[in-house]
Amino acid sequence: MDWQAFWLTIRLAVLVAASLMVIGLPIAYWITYSRWRWKFLAEAIVALPIVLPPTVLGFYVLVALGPRSPLGRWWEGLTGHTLAFTFEGLMIGSIIYSLPFAVQPFAASFAAVDARLLSASAILGASKWRTFFHVILPLSLSGLVTGVALSFAHTMGEFGVVLMVGGNIPGVTRTVSIAIYDHVQALEYGAANATALVLLAMSFVVLSMVYALNRKVWAVWPWK
Amino acid sequence: MAVEVEQQLRMKDPPKAPSSFVGDILSVKIRKRFAGSGGNFQLDATFEVPAGITILFGASGAGKTTLLDCIAGLATPDLGCIEIGKQKLLDLEHGTNLVPQQRRIGYVFQDLALFPHLSVEKNIEYGLQSPGRSERHRRSDLLMASFRISNLRARKPAEISGGERQRVALARALVTDPCLLLLDEPMAGLDASTKSKIIEDLRTWNHDHRIPILYITHSREEVFALGERMLVLENGRIIARGTPHEVMSAPRQETVALLSGFENIFDATVVAAHEDRGTMTCRITGSDVELETPMVRADVASTLRVGIRAGDILLATVQPSGLSARNIIRGTMISVQQRDVVVVATVDCGVEVAVHLTLAARDSLHLRPGGQVWLVVKTYSCHLMLR
Repeated sequence: MDWQAFWLTIRLAVLVAASLMVIGLPIAYWITYSRWRWKFLAEAIVALPIVLPPTVLGFYVLVALGPRSPLGRWWEGLTGHTLAFTFEGLMIGSIIYSLPFAVQPFAASFAAVDARLLSASAILGASKWRTFFHVILPLSLSGLVTGVALSFAHTMGEFGVVLMVGGNIPGVTRTVSIAIYDHVQALEYGAANATALVLLAMSFVVLSMVYALNRKVWAVWPWK
Repeated sequence: MAVEVEQQLRMKDPPKAPSSFVGDILSVKIRKRFAGSGGNFQLDATFEVPAGITILFGASGAGKTTLLDCIAGLATPDLGCIEIGKQKLLDLEHGTNLVPQQRRIGYVFQDLALFPHLSVEKNIEYGLQSPGRSERHRRSDLLMASFRISNLRARKPAEISGGERQRVALARALVTDPCLLLLDEPMAGLDASTKSKIIEDLRTWNHDHRIPILYITHSREEVFALGERMLVLENGRIIARGTPHEVMSAPRQETVALLSGFENIFDATVVAAHEDRGTMTCRITGSDVELETPMVRADVASTLRVGIRAGDILLATVQPSGLSARNIIRGTMISVQQRDVVVVATVDCGVEVAVHLTLAARDSLHLRPGGQVWLVVKTYSCHLMLR
């Protein structure tokens, strides 16, 4: 079992999920409450990673991170090395790839908050910040958990983007799914199976948690 | 972090209500196009609301909620001006349009909009951001006591009754010491005894504070129980104003009549005017029924409309005599239907007339369709309206 790959994958998934909470909340807020006419374009861009082949996304992220792009040059000037084939580069690719899995549940749960509550909050003198943190966010907790868990699980299992952006450097960019691919390439079906099984189990547990949290039946359980 | 900054800013400059706000007059002059139930309407209202309770009365879709939303800053009129005392809330000509947060208005929505995730106490304290914790508690305790909900402080809105929720919503709106209170059918769906207790508490509060209160209701009882003044809104326009008694007892417009409970409305022709007696005789169109009505300024042979409340008509199974009432009309029973605790008798007198009876009256009179009855209507129970 390639524990190094597991450790790396979990670290990546946790960091991506945490970053997406920070990045995803304002994007979701804007998508939900903005009245900008061209908002639908932004919504389409956020949703793109769902339909785009990971290789396409990975390719553009690789180009954008590379030494010929302004971002790549800026990073290289700052740190002395390029973003491509590094853990940081992998994180950027993964954040973009999982963006819709965080933003869409966030936005859906924001939209489900009764608009009258927001009016009530405003009339009681609360600023937009206060309304967000004291009314919208507490009432969107299930969407928040769903978004974070989905982006975590989605990052755990990604393959194409990782391979394009990160390559296969043990301890740096070699994630579980790439380790499995390597095992199969090397005809080590036993090792591939063991690794795949753990990934399967973990994904199942995370998704079960998401669905469990979104079920109201728990509300009546005695040990709530 | 941003929240902390926000709170610090608030601490430095707490939004305080100048005490001169108290008792100031609300003056509204706005125009706004809006989508009503019957297509697009134009809300075009000019009125003033002094301290005390003013009822805003009107059919659904008349623009009442839109009007309150404009005053609260939740909707922006197309043009106009809203002031409380000298404070301009909205003056579109000069580019003033305060956001709801700056308007210092209490607003109880029709659906209350209590925060479902916060306890009663936290709901009430929500609007108190600037004072310290002990001052917050003191003020919320005061309000909870005056609305008799102190025992519910730890409960969530879903765990209390409808009447209690109404009280919480009122307390939450009033704890911020607003300079104006807007109430959008706050008692809808409550039983009569709960309603009257809350109304009593609101009256007491209003007696102590005297701010303008604009109160939407469909209920006649609430109009008379609460209103010092009333405005009637129809299709976005104020069509009547005055004390509830003035507006409701002498309605000039048919909508007011229907709303204020005239089950019987007939077209009629003036047959004769008896100026010496202060009465007129009117014949109901399409029948031989002649009614003696109060005198209004109308020429003989002109047509107008007569409204009679079903509850103001007496019903007799033998021809009555020796009565002061001038109108005794013979008719035939068509039907007797029970609605809740009221019995509605429909009588054919050449025109159909609805009469309200009690259950006991129905039982002792042995009313049956086809039976002969007499209707008794006092002169001053006939309300004349312009057509």
